[in-house]
Amino acid sequence: MSAHPSSHDAAHHDAAHGSTKSYLIGFVLSVVLTLASFGVVMSGKVPHELMMPGIIVFGVAQLIVQLVYFLHMGTSPSQRGNLAIMLFTLLILAIVVVGSLWVLHNMNVNMMHPTSQMVPVE
Amino acid sequence: MSSPAVSATHGALDGVSHGGDAHHHDDGSKTLLGFWIYLMSDCLIFSGLFATFAVLANATAGGPTGKELFELPYVLGETMLLLISSVTFGMAMLAMHAGKKNQLLAWLAVTFVFGAGFIGMEVHEFAKLIADGAGPSRSAFLSSYFTLVGTHGLHVTCGLIWLVVMMDQMRRYGLTDATRRRLSCLSLFWHFLDIVWICVFTFVYLRGAI
Repeated sequence: MSAHPSSHDAAHHDAAHGSTKSYLIGFVLSVVLTLASFGVVMSGKVPHELMMPGIIVFGVAQLIVQLVYFLHMGTSPSQRGNLAIMLFTLLILAIVVVGSLWVLHNMNVNMMHPTSQMVPVE
Repeated sequence: MSSPAVSATHGALDGVSHGGDAHHHDDGSKTLLGFWIYLMSDCLIFSGLFATFAVLANATAGGPTGKELFELPYVLGETMLLLISSVTFGMAMLAMHAGKKNQLLAWLAVTFVFGAGFIGMEVHEFAKLIADGAGPSRSAFLSSYFTLVGTHGLHVTCGLIWLVVMMDQMRRYGLTDATRRRLSCLSLFWHFLDIVWICVFTFVYLRGAI
């Protein structure tokens, strides 16, 4: 592995640090996806039931774009450890967020009348 | 009592001498891995705050809702400032890897201006909400909103302070292994905050406005 330090460094350099071009691609994609997200809600041309799926799709797409182009996530050997740690974090994150929403939604449904939450308590 | 302190000092000295000996191999990758693990734990803090916000998003206690409060064009402006600061930080990192110190300092200054602009807009937004009687004490929805968005804002503020410190260190010490390593950590931190912001504008502002 250390037999050709210079060529290894060059490959490492490109994969781990990006280039002006990769940053600009990431930036343009991010701007387009941001405008698309806001457009879905602000334009008024998207059917109401498609708004939520729309912003989630554009949001997730932008997360991936920024992870790849700005944080240089990938499957190259130097990034594999970081990627594995991130995927594990995502698992924990999903358990925390989905679990909280599920449990508390069930509690709301079973413990209260759905509208009683909206009425101010006198 | 003193043994942890002694061993810590020894560890630090050992680290320094090791860095001097094996100069080429100490590329800071272990520090970056450790910092990445910190960022992931930070991610868990945010996931807790996001879960809290999601649960309380409709608990407005008869107060104003997100739909009435949030001004999407303003949020779009904040988003653009943060996005531009992210790409200018990328340019700073490229300048650092190319060894161009003046270019690096200039890009860091540009990044600071956009980051500070984002924080300025956010502070203005919070001040307006509080002045309109929609402060954090108004409802559970607003408490969780201020906690979540405020925590992100505090992170960006810390990033700005760190940015100023790094500009000063770059000016004083130049592009050494230590300053490169520190700036690489800050770069991860800064891009990470941009990623958290994507979740904020999607799940807080846009979802609230639907």
